[in-house]
Amino acid sequence: MQLEPRTHTPLWMTISAPIIAVFVVMILCSGLILWAGAPLLQSYVALAKGAFGSKFAIAETLVRATPLILTGLAAAVAFRAKLWNIGGEGQLYMGALAATYFGTGMINLPAPLMIPFLFVVGAIAGGVLLLIPALLKTRLNVDEVVTTLLLNFVILLLANYLLFGPWKDPMAMGWPQGAPIIDEGILPKLVAKTRLHGGLIFAVLASISVWVVMTKTKWGLEIRAVGLNQEAASFAGIPINKTIIRTALISGGLAACAGVTEVAGTKEYLTLDISPGFGYTGIAVAMLAGLNPLGVIVAALFIAGIYNGADSMSRAMDVSNYIADVITAASLLMVMLAVMLTRMRIRFS
Amino acid sequence: MDFFDMFLNVGFWAATVRMATPLIFGTLGELICERAGILNLGIEGIMTTGAMVAWMWVYQGGDLWTAVLVAALFGMLFGYLHSIFSVYMGLSQHVTGIGITLLATSLSYYSFRMLLPGVTTPPKIIPFQPLPIPLLSDIPVIGEAFFTQSPLTYLAFVLVGVVAYILYRTPVGLAVRMVGENPMAVEVQGIDVYKVRTGAVMVGSAFMAVGGAFLTISVFDAFYFDMINGRGWICVALVIFASWRPGKALLGAVLFAAFDAIQIRVQQSSASFIPYQFFLMMPYVFSILALIIMSRKAAYPKALLVPFRRGQR
Repeated sequence: MQLEPRTHTPLWMTISAPIIAVFVVMILCSGLILWAGAPLLQSYVALAKGAFGSKFAIAETLVRATPLILTGLAAAVAFRAKLWNIGGEGQLYMGALAATYFGTGMINLPAPLMIPFLFVVGAIAGGVLLLIPALLKTRLNVDEVVTTLLLNFVILLLANYLLFGPWKDPMAMGWPQGAPIIDEGILPKLVAKTRLHGGLIFAVLASISVWVVMTKTKWGLEIRAVGLNQEAASFAGIPINKTIIRTALISGGLAACAGVTEVAGTKEYLTLDISPGFGYTGIAVAMLAGLNPLGVIVAALFIAGIYNGADSMSRAMDVSNYIADVITAASLLMVMLAVMLTRMRIRFS
Repeated sequence: MDFFDMFLNVGFWAATVRMATPLIFGTLGELICERAGILNLGIEGIMTTGAMVAWMWVYQGGDLWTAVLVAALFGMLFGYLHSIFSVYMGLSQHVTGIGITLLATSLSYYSFRMLLPGVTTPPKIIPFQPLPIPLLSDIPVIGEAFFTQSPLTYLAFVLVGVVAYILYRTPVGLAVRMVGENPMAVEVQGIDVYKVRTGAVMVGSAFMAVGGAFLTISVFDAFYFDMINGRGWICVALVIFASWRPGKALLGAVLFAAFDAIQIRVQQSSASFIPYQFFLMMPYVFSILALIIMSRKAAYPKALLVPFRRGQR
């Protein structure tokens, strides 16, 4: 068996590859639903309804997609530069911690200033967190995959300490949660009687900005060049280390903004379960989108739909909602395969 | 308790050896994969799978040693899946590894929920009992600390020697090391690079799964979600710390477990003024520090992370 590069990839192939991959995953995961003894078609109908079946379902899916867009963007930007940032989860919590620190009464600004301020401090906190592995990579040649992964655990424990210790809200009946974000810092609701909040608009604007930066600016070109071929980029006069550090700050900042939207939008206070693995799921989102910042929005909607759909399917059909994690993980792998097959053909000899 | 008394304590050394065991399995497994040029970030998920299937096998009435085999088998299965993506397709080893971890973890959790629906407190099994080695276990202190351990712990220590012997003294080991250094040269010798790499990833993954199984059928007697808790990632760090050498991997795992044992004891005795979360951070912080110290002169296998495509240079 041999792989040969295709000379030309038609557009229809590029677009249909992720769709076909997801379709194959659904067929494979049917086995798991059948194992649970649930009727297949009804289960998938329940999943679709739970994801997009009503105004409420759509709002909930959008709420869930918001942090996923941001962590997906974080992964997409970093992976373009081949900076393997697997620390989205830690950066997300870092952003949430910063938003809680500044947003619970320490600083009082009118809402039009307070909300951007929270995003800025959150993004700085997340960027600085990723700066550590990035500096270790550029200065001391320390592999960033392991350091970003390990820092996730450190930051979660830090959040755990703060919420069980000094930051514990005395009004919360003993639950480990932070004080509520002040009213000026709360992201406005977009649709009455739903949880849908302004974080979505921020996330979409972030996607568009990242797309512009990545495709239309010198920074974006440098980031992509470093990812494609470091040696060539270096010969072309691109400062490699500077670009990696810059990428790290952008990527960490984006992931941290997901923490801000959750604390200031969805929950309105910090808890230890604001993220059910959004940082890790963001990697799947980025890969599904083919690392395209605008594609990230679509991919995040899909993944968010799967999670919310699986929740309602598990209530209706007795299929464990861990199926959503399986579908996400399998999609990640299958899409990589599909995208590769658009670039290569397999020749059996 | 005086800080130095701790090192004379039998319980401390016994705990160190016990805690080192899953790390030895995991680090050896990762080392085998990386020596063949494949970074296996599936380790965290494969350990979870090993822990789940071994426990489930015993819970369903299976025998303990067969459970170890079943775990190894599942490890090989995910190792094979990993190698389809990383070896045959030559895709990014970072992302496929994370994908395998997510897939193996979610499948394990899903299966656990399916097989035991509606269980809130995890049921228990009868795990491996300590097996005192005749004569050696009668030595005071040392006997109790090192020779009254789980049979899987002895297996881990023996495997360090076996892996070292195979890697450095046999043709198979030479082939594994060569595909990690210079796959083209191996191909010229008429050896199938794909097969050697796939084999190494499968064997390595089996080691990882057994490391996970040790937690559920030897140290503890139940399976909890999130019980691997970053041990896999620590093993990846330990491989770099060990400069890809089995002997140093053993040293690293034991050293690391000793720090962990110290951390737990200090945490228990000093309590109050340092919050326990900071002690729990120690293993991860130590791993990062170990990486910083060792990475400067790390001699990576030359073809690590480099996909091999036949007929291409």
